[in-house]
Parts: sequence; structure tokens; C-alpha cells
Amino acid sequence: MSLEHLELFEVFVRSARGLDHKHAGSLHAADHEQALEYARDCYTRRSEGVSIWVVKSRDICASQEDDSDSFFDPSDDKPYRHATYFPLPKEVGNM
Amino acid sequence: MSTSQSSDHDSKQDLINYVLRLGDDALILGHRLSEWVSRGPFLEEDIALGNVALDYIGRSRMCYNYAAELSGEGKTEDDFAYLRDERQFQNFLINELPRGDFAYTIARQLFVDVFNKHYLSALLQSKDQTLAAIAAKGIKETQYHLRRSREWTLRLGDGTDESHQRMQTAIDELWGYTHEIFEHDDIEQRLIDAGIAVDAAAFQKQWLADVSAILAEATLTVPDAEWAVRGGREGYHTEHLSLLLTEMQFVYRAYPNAKW
Repeated sequence: MSLEHLELFEVFVRSARGLDHKHAGSLHAADHEQALEYARDCYTRRSEGVSIWVVKSRDICASQEDDSDSFFDPSDDKPYRHATYFPLPKEVGNM
Repeated sequence: MSTSQSSDHDSKQDLINYVLRLGDDALILGHRLSEWVSRGPFLEEDIALGNVALDYIGRSRMCYNYAAELSGEGKTEDDFAYLRDERQFQNFLINELPRGDFAYTIARQLFVDVFNKHYLSALLQSKDQTLAAIAAKGIKETQYHLRRSREWTLRLGDGTDESHQRMQTAIDELWGYTHEIFEHDDIEQRLIDAGIAVDAAAFQKQWLADVSAILAEATLTVPDAEWAVRGGREGYHTEHLSLLLTEMQFVYRAYPNAKW
């Protein structure tokens, strides 16, 4: 069995106290079912998780480095999108 | 009074023997599986095999600790694992056979996993609370082990010509070792009568049905060969066990009480 027959999967694990699945890493497997089992063996063997998602890496659509300027830079000069930009009226006190 | 004391002693000795047998099955198979570490077909499977090995070695420790507690005499789990010789080990032979190729390892795991599924379910009902607790932990591990060995059997059996052939060869070579796992001697009969040990013969037909169904789905053939090898529970082993013990016990015996 060689890696060329296997697919790359991304693994997401939800920890016991976490609310969301977090990216844990990636692995090779023949199909989703096997990927889930290997994820269990590789990423939850120290009781890290209570739920696992696996997804084929090639099914992930990722933003490209080249797109950085147009994707992310335009929000750099819009600090008013942060709640902290606005001074709170004294009457409100702490929020 | 003296008769009752001696019978108490015997039943305790029976129980120690039985617990050691279960421990030996787990330790020897666990060690065999651990031999795959760094030699797995690819990294993920290497780690998965190591995990299964650790489940078995963990189970053997529970058994040996219980045997040590029962026997008193200041014995520890290490005494049972490292200071007994080949004839004192009473594991079933199927567990000591060399790991072979990957198909061979998977075929053995399939036979053993289906066996353990039924065995541990029955042991859960044992009147011995410690054995029932060991079974409760083991049954969860076994469900996962069986899921793996079943899927690999399907994948290899119904895979390429070569993987199919290797699986069939492994099944044919192992078949003769699957008979003694359903047999028991007088020691275990007494414990079965007392509601402590498991009578594996009771689920032999179910085991065959389960295994046959998986093999059929994997396009593999159930052997009809008549040969059977036995002797593990009496301490009569294949030539492979002594080599395994030599490697497993060497450090402990060469450096007694070493700490690291």
C-alpha cells in the first residue's frame, strides 16, 4: 500500500469543553470512513475530542495568496467595524 | 474444615490460572501487534496498529495485577510478564504466531476480534467483579478493533488480485488455530460452573456465522480444512513463542529491577 492510492483529508476535532470543531491536522486515508478512524487514532488518543469531522483536502476551497490585497487590505482602514471604535456614553457604564 | 480450606485454595488457584491465561492472550497478541510499530504500511496505519497493541497490553496488565493481588506473595505484574518461561505461558497459539504480512495480521485480528466480541460480552456477566470490569473496558476497545479488522478484510479481500490472494492464504494458514479457542479444560469447567469463566463453545456457531458473513462479503472463502492445532492452554507452544519471549523479556532479565 503506497500513499499514491490514498487521499489527503483535513481533520477537525471538537474538544470536550469546546463549542466548535477546530482544525487538528491532516492525514492520508482511502476513504471518509477510514479517515475518521485514523483521525480517532492520530488526533484523539490523548482524550482530546468528543466529535470528529473529516473532509477531503481537495474539497476545501481556499483563498489564494495572490488575492490577499483585494480580499483583506480594504478592511484595514475601516476601524469603525470594530465595536471598540465607538466611545460608550457614560450612562451605559460597562458593557 | 480442612477439606473446605483446601477447596477454597483450589478455587483460588483456578481463578489465578484463568486470569493469567486471559492476561497471556492479551500480552502475547499485544506484543505481536507492537512489532508493527515503525513498520506499518503507512504512518496512519502504523499509529492505529500501535493503539490496538496498547489496548491489549493494557488489558494484560489488568489481568496480571489482578493475578498478583489474588496470589499475594508480593508478586507484581512484571513477575508474570517477564519471569515466566515458555511452558508457563498459557495463551492460545493463534496469538503467538509471527505477525506475517499485513494480510496475515488483519486475518488474525478479524478472527480474534469477533471471538473477543462474544467472549467479553459473556465475561461481562461473570460473578467475579474484577473480571466483569476488565470485560467492560475490553468490549469497547474490541468494538473498535473489529470495525478496523472488518473494514480491512473487505478492502483487501475485495481489492486487488494480490491483496485477495494474500488474505485467502492468511485465512487458510490461520484456520487450524481457530479451534482450540473454543475449548476448555477442567480448570475452566469448574470456573464456568461457578459462573466466573466463559464457555466459548456456547458462541462458536455464532462466531463462525459472523466470520463467514464478513469473508463472503469480502469475496473470500471459509476454509473447510480439517486440521487443528492445540496446546496453548497446557503450555505447549509453537516454536515462535520462545523467540518472542526472548526479545520481550531480555532487558528485564539482564538488568533486574532497572529503573528508567
